Amino acid sequence: MHNLTIAQMIRELRQKTFSSVELTEHFLARIERLDSNYNSFVTVTREQALQQARQADARLAAGNAPALCGIPLAHKDIFCTTGVRTSCGSKMLDNFVPPYDATIVENYLRDGVVMLGKTNMDEFAMGSSNETSYYGPVKNPWALNCVPGGSSGGSAASVAARITPAATASDTGGSIRQPASLCGITGIKPTYGRVSRWGMIAFASSLDQAGLMTRTAEDAALLLNTMASFDAKDSTCVDEPIPDYTATLNESLSGLRIGVPKEYFGEGLNEGTARAVEDAIKTFEKLGASVHSVSLPHSHIAVPAYYVIAPAECSANLSRFDGVRYGYRCANPQSLEDLYKRSRSEGFGEEVKRRIMVGCYALSAGYYDAYYAKAQKARRLIKQDFVDAFKTVDVIMGPTAPSPAFEFGAKSKDPVAMYLEDIYTIATNLAGLPGMSIPCGLVDDKPVGLQIIGNYFAEARMLNIAHQFQQNTQFHDLAPAGI
Amino acid sequence: MDRSEIEKLAHLARLEIRPEEIDEVATRISNVLALVDQLQALDTGNVAPMAHPLDAVQRLRADEVSEPNRRDEFLAIAPATENGLYLVPKVID
Repeated sequence: MHNLTIAQMIRELRQKTFSSVELTEHFLARIERLDSNYNSFVTVTREQALQQARQADARLAAGNAPALCGIPLAHKDIFCTTGVRTSCGSKMLDNFVPPYDATIVENYLRDGVVMLGKTNMDEFAMGSSNETSYYGPVKNPWALNCVPGGSSGGSAASVAARITPAATASDTGGSIRQPASLCGITGIKPTYGRVSRWGMIAFASSLDQAGLMTRTAEDAALLLNTMASFDAKDSTCVDEPIPDYTATLNESLSGLRIGVPKEYFGEGLNEGTARAVEDAIKTFEKLGASVHSVSLPHSHIAVPAYYVIAPAECSANLSRFDGVRYGYRCANPQSLEDLYKRSRSEGFGEEVKRRIMVGCYALSAGYYDAYYAKAQKARRLIKQDFVDAFKTVDVIMGPTAPSPAFEFGAKSKDPVAMYLEDIYTIATNLAGLPGMSIPCGLVDDKPVGLQIIGNYFAEARMLNIAHQFQQNTQFHDLAPAGI
Repeated sequence: MDRSEIEKLAHLARLEIRPEEIDEVATRISNVLALVDQLQALDTGNVAPMAHPLDAVQRLRADEVSEPNRRDEFLAIAPATENGLYLVPKVID
């Protein structure tokens, strides 16, 4: 059952091959049996899941149920869930039980989707290896001595291990695409503003975007149909028409113009990864696409600009954790300042504290123009590179991450080395563009991903491109040994 | 960054850094700042800063009450409350 795609499960549920309760039981049993190997779940919501599955079965029996009714799904532990602890991977929120649902959680509940539980992640989504989680690192199902990527490492590993059919995730600088690449699955970060951020715990608000991790592009299209919505409660949500993302999956790629940025194939890119990505692009040529060299001349400043903007926004967002209203509070505070300082110092981990301090520095008196304003200007130049490129090509392709999964501890002592993990993904967030990663090969028996960057609101076209690749290749069907 | 700068920064961020940690924190933050300092070489003379990728502006809505009062639910998840108020250490003598 766990080898089926969501598209197949939808058909089998309607043919009564199995019920949602049976499907849900199957995945819960897999989580209980296997997740001690991966640590991909922080919370498993067995009772609620079975109750939701029973309700889904009743809706399916009555007819007219939404497409996703009865499909199990895991949520990254960054999305608020009523009555279910939402930790964001932090000691700060270890005791936080939200009294409301994130909009995307509400959307899936409305359509009868069953929540299996909440997935592990880097603390407050800050990390590229899932090593900063308060609940311990997640292990990569392809190589248990290696990281799954981050920050959505739990979502990625659980999908790769087939202990959930799919998972929600979020992407601020690559947190969906990089772990999707390292775990050999499909990940999509939609256009900034396409999906509501309401109820998604904020890291860097002008960059954060919710998205999905699935086995196939078709499953991502099915799930995005429910996830995408205009939401007045998110002031940066964009009110653009939402297409049926499954409607165009089978369109031909004949005439598609693919741009390949030369800046994405320079120093630091693993040779095997480069070969796999180049081969994938050749596959698209066979499917009727043409390949063009493009330039994104400001690529080299994307990481520096990001590490001003993201920490600055993080320091503002995380100022709400004060030990007063919710979350962790230190014991026996002697004064209000002592309450703030000790609650925050004891509640946050090292990487989070470092980013808050870098952000405070960038925003502090006398430095604002040199750092934050400068980075916001750099951001416009980065966006303009993409705008110019999209005048001549329909889509941009390159590697998602510079190399396959690395071993635990390899980069955790050197923040700058870790930050370079996202060298190919960060520019997309700065520009607000949609990005995907799909598996395109194995290097040293570990998966690598092809990144697909689309124009604004071109999710349907990207999913079509990814689906056509998956119809003609088998990389997405590969599973880690023993799965 | 020297020790006093780190101490000032920690105070601005309302974080407490133990004296024995300061040197390591200083080294790591200095490395991050060295990375972001690459921006300084960039010519941004005529470039406007960008806050929203689609240059969206704030939407307005009618000034009507739309949120229900959920005070009790929010107080229930607070670390310490009394008589419907959040409890903090004494601020004014």
